[in-house]
Amino acid sequence: MAKEKPGALEVKTFADHHVITQPNPLRKMLRRVPESDLDDPVARAEKALAGLSGEFKNWMAIEADRLSAAHAAILMDGFNDATREELFRAAHDIKGDAATFGYPSAGAAAESLCRIVEHAPELDKVPSDLIAHHINAIQAIVRERTKLDTAAMAGELSRQLRGVADVFLTHANRDRPEHLEAILAPSIVPAE
Amino acid sequence: MYRIDFNKLRFLICDDNPHMRRVLRTLLHSFGAREAYEAEDGATALEMYTHYVPDIVITDWSMPIFDGLELAQMIRQPESKGNPYAPIIMLTGHSEKRRVTVARDAGVTEFLAKPISAKGLYQRIMNVVASPRPFIKTKTYFGPDRRRNTTNTYIGPERRVGGEMEVMQQPSLLDKARSAI
Repeated sequence: MAKEKPGALEVKTFADHHVITQPNPLRKMLRRVPESDLDDPVARAEKALAGLSGEFKNWMAIEADRLSAAHAAILMDGFNDATREELFRAAHDIKGDAATFGYPSAGAAAESLCRIVEHAPELDKVPSDLIAHHINAIQAIVRERTKLDTAAMAGELSRQLRGVADVFLTHANRDRPEHLEAILAPSIVPAE
Repeated sequence: MYRIDFNKLRFLICDDNPHMRRVLRTLLHSFGAREAYEAEDGATALEMYTHYVPDIVITDWSMPIFDGLELAQMIRQPESKGNPYAPIIMLTGHSEKRRVTVARDAGVTEFLAKPISAKGLYQRIMNVVASPRPFIKTKTYFGPDRRRNTTNTYIGPERRVGGEMEVMQQPSLLDKARSAI
């Protein structure tokens, strides 16, 4: 599809940098509406997302199984670039998706696992139970979500795992200040 | 009050996770978008970026082949044939402040940490549509102005040096890029 051509750039040149201003090519996508306009695109999108929610349980199960498969590959072949990457990627996806899909505690446990993979000086020396407990917890949270009494337990489980992981990472990185700083830095995402 | 005519906007979504792509597609279509192209890795996204010339790129960070950060760096090549100015919204599970800085220094326009929300995504899109920032080009950086605030409260050293020398008009690189396709 042909798009309307944008205007010329204005370039202001300074001693060590240029400031380039482009007439806003997206300006024409904006339209003024009266304050009384009832159309709410955000509410419409939230409703559409709620319409997808019937898929979320299945999607989380797929993602949890991918994580377990990544763990199984490590148990079989040990840590190498490929197995480490897949474990991190699987956990990272759950960290990002789980709260949207209604599994915030699984996301918190996955975040803790991501931190281990990212900051442990030597993954081979991470206690195997620490990784296994994270994966088992995520699987349990995903499988048992329908039980009414599991939400609080899932939250507590994630907090406990994060606590143990942080103690391990803080000790393991005591001589690596750049990692220690990253481990102790607060997240930009508000806590649940 | 302003609204965005989403049906005139063309999006490129880049995320290796099919579930997140579905969520993004659902949100964009609900906002009113009709054109949302999807790529599952950075290399495919770069090809699609050149081919479809999207108005806005929404990319994940962690992806195979090359990641969202590398994608942003490849788009932000001032001498490239493609449009180096398109807004890039990085939607990522990374939630550490240092990651925001790294993304910003790669030329990312807006950063949105997962979990995604309709409101968060809409706000980022509104920012890039209604309030684009000028681009800065230095020896080591090309991308949106990293100074979002213009308050006078900053008391550190001025890192940009030199007075204004001249203002020059030049043919639009974007125009050149689109005519080459």
